[in-house]
Amino acid sequence: MATDAAATLPDQAMAPEPWRIHSVRRDVASNEVFSWTLYPEPGMEPDAAPAPGQFNMLYLFGVGEVPISVSAITDDGGIVHTIRAVGSVTRAMQDLEASAVVGLRGPFGTAWPLEQARGRDLVLVAGGIGLAPLRPVIHAALERRSEFGRVVVCYGARSPGDMIFRDELDAWTARDDVDLRITVDRGTAAWRGDVGVVTQLVDRGGFDRRNTLAMVCGPEVMMRFTASSLERRGLKPEDIYVSMERNMRCAVGFCGHCQIGSHFVCRDGPVFPYPVMEPAFRIREL
Amino acid sequence: MEVIAPQAVDTLIRLLAGDGYEVVGPTRRDGAIVYDRVGGLEDLPVGWTDEQAPGHYRLREREDGALFGYVVGPHSWKKYLFPPEETLFRLTRQPDGSFVTEPGVSDIPRRAFIGMRACELAAIDVQDRVFLGQAVQDRGYAARRRDLFMVAVSCAEPGGTCFCASMDTGPRARKGFDLALTEVIDATQHFLVAEAGSDAGRAMLDRLEPRPASDAEQAAAERVWAEAPKKMGRSMPGDAREVLNRAFEHPRWEETAERCLSCSNCTLVCPTCFCSQVEEVPDLEGQRTERVRRWDSCFNQEHSHLVGGPHRESVAARYRQWITHKLATWHDQFDTSGCVGCGRCITWCPVGIDITEEVTAVRRDPEGRG
Repeated sequence: MATDAAATLPDQAMAPEPWRIHSVRRDVASNEVFSWTLYPEPGMEPDAAPAPGQFNMLYLFGVGEVPISVSAITDDGGIVHTIRAVGSVTRAMQDLEASAVVGLRGPFGTAWPLEQARGRDLVLVAGGIGLAPLRPVIHAALERRSEFGRVVVCYGARSPGDMIFRDELDAWTARDDVDLRITVDRGTAAWRGDVGVVTQLVDRGGFDRRNTLAMVCGPEVMMRFTASSLERRGLKPEDIYVSMERNMRCAVGFCGHCQIGSHFVCRDGPVFPYPVMEPAFRIREL
Repeated sequence: MEVIAPQAVDTLIRLLAGDGYEVVGPTRRDGAIVYDRVGGLEDLPVGWTDEQAPGHYRLREREDGALFGYVVGPHSWKKYLFPPEETLFRLTRQPDGSFVTEPGVSDIPRRAFIGMRACELAAIDVQDRVFLGQAVQDRGYAARRRDLFMVAVSCAEPGGTCFCASMDTGPRARKGFDLALTEVIDATQHFLVAEAGSDAGRAMLDRLEPRPASDAEQAAAERVWAEAPKKMGRSMPGDAREVLNRAFEHPRWEETAERCLSCSNCTLVCPTCFCSQVEEVPDLEGQRTERVRRWDSCFNQEHSHLVGGPHRESVAARYRQWITHKLATWHDQFDTSGCVGCGRCITWCPVGIDITEEVTAVRRDPEGRG
């Protein structure tokens, strides 16, 4: 029942270990979205390096703990987490600067099935902060570019000012071996790109419907309509993967908060094949 | 088959205490039978029984001096193995901004449980699968679970909200105990049949100096075991899992939600419910803090907290989550039902919602035509 990643965890999987913030990156003008590059404190022996799609529990001393997906993995044992300040814990985290120490435990959960995409076209669809959990997949796919067919990245943001990782988006735009498509819900006078929902980027196709793997991360309504678009383009439902968000607290299947039907999102997810999660998109408040 | 006298239960409690166990058993307090420390027979609810119905619990005196003439009350052994509140870790800030983490659990007593019913043994098996059967084990639970001495009692008189026979978890204690007792009382005799379920149980039973049962005593005990299943106040349909797996969008949940107060009583008295949350409890100076785990309930809105608000906002969705998890999705997760048929959720529901009646209603009208 448990994932392989969870099997490597020590007994004290509930205990946060100290990691130091090496650098802070603030992406959105409001500072609402920020990224930390973290390294373990001396003497700590981190568990296995996270795989793209997995998450860690990040902890702020005296405040609390939140589940945050991995947004990049460095070559030297560092982990990047991208956080949106939306609750009491993440708002308190927003004020931290480099050299502060936070707690971390993990990695937890399932990874994006990148190996299954070898030899196939790869379609990655992100909505808002949903770009962060897909970002390490993009990094890995571009690093091993020859192993994949066409790589299509569709990204929808609220507005041009809400786009994250602008420098990387620009770099990917400049490459001719990745097809980056961006849309915003609301444009500005200076915005010359697409305006509208991210599904319209998917509807443009440009991938082999018989030989494509899709990974989708964003708000549930966006994932549901994106999956429908991909199915309309001819993808089989089982070739579509989604990443679910629920109230993960313990991350090891003890606390009960993140259940969707039979599944503990912390243990059986967050990355699921779309058919497994289809009822969650269909049945209200499941 | 071996027999001991009622007074031997007193000896048993005292021997266990002498062996260093903290002995816990049923005792009468605030008009209910609860679990707490017991020092001897005088602490047990001897000569009492309980009257149970949906939303109803009353103690009554009985004339036969039975030691175990009642069923289960609002407490379950869960409170000892998975405490309502537990400090998981204590963390201390270091001068360099880092922190050190120490375990919060220490000095776990070795406990003996007296008077565990078959449904409660089944409930512990269910929680074992949650806390010990996954990739990560709960250390506190494992430590408290390890050295237990468990004395079971087979129910002779199941109560008005009991349905363990239909869940195949009782009323006779068949496994998972060190000692099992069956109390037999009639006009001429009062004794207990004792069975050992482990080496420790065998050794303890020998110290109680049992005698072999006579043919008449054996027949009397067998009558208790044969009659008890017929005295269940309630019954769960055998296909509850299938019924609920088809009923996610059944209108019944809206109707039940009109009665349900989402008070979480059912989850607090349930011997298998395991939801918890961990709270941060810092000191005033910000130098020390604790991670404190407390029982939580899927009936609380914050249980399904998400950035945009609670995912299960409606009471109907929360009731559906509870009953569907308990009887259907639990099978997928832990290869067992999450319900053992103890009936506590029925008795302690302030408005008397009956889990067996809910399943029966949906089963009778699977399309929800009314």
